[in-house]
Amino acid sequence: MAKYEMMFITRTDVPEEELDKLTAQMDTVVSGAGGKTEKIDKMGRRRLAYRVKKQREGFYVLFTFEGNGDTVREFERRLKVTDAVIKYLTVKLDERAVAAAEAKAKAKAAAAAAKAAQPSASEAESGTETASQN
Amino acid sequence: MAYDRSRGGNSGSRRPGGRRQYFRRRKVCKFCVEKIEFIDYKDLRLIGPFVAERGKILPRRLTGTCAPHQRALTRAIKQARNIALLPFAAEV
Repeated sequence: MAKYEMMFITRTDVPEEELDKLTAQMDTVVSGAGGKTEKIDKMGRRRLAYRVKKQREGFYVLFTFEGNGDTVREFERRLKVTDAVIKYLTVKLDERAVAAAEAKAKAKAAAAAAKAAQPSASEAESGTETASQN
Repeated sequence: MAYDRSRGGNSGSRRPGGRRQYFRRRKVCKFCVEKIEFIDYKDLRLIGPFVAERGKILPRRLTGTCAPHQRALTRAIKQARNIALLPFAAEV
């Protein structure tokens, strides 16, 4: 099984619950076809670089999953028949892409950890200061 | 004396018998320098500098990108265009 990344854009006038319903539906599509959903990332509202179906803005969703060609076919078919979705892109992730994504996630986690640890780090710093004074 | 292209300086000065009047700074591939093996179409901050104002892909001649990376970059830009992250042709 290969890893795929599906990015799709929905209209901005659909309510949040409907979007959640759509992603949940896609999740069942993937698992129903023997795949596994890895990540659903709602990237949020963004200005489109050009007009798509008379829309200038769209809501981006990134869907990462493991599956085969049939999973992708069914996924794309569903997106096509869903009116809220205005555009989608499927990218098959090779080892390089997977490694890069993992490295990025790791870096992000490290940055978050560093940010969380920062107050204690400054405390430790002041601690050493007092120690040097003694 | 051999020309050392990688060395800068001496710009604009006329050399005896040489037609070349100045040396350009040697361009290096950004992706090789930063050891980026995979160019992600979602990473607009990375791709951005390689797209011209009108949305065109900048040639290797201008950016100094190496051939394998230019190919990967081209692919990433085209994917980004497909999902409306980048324009096919920017207006104005």
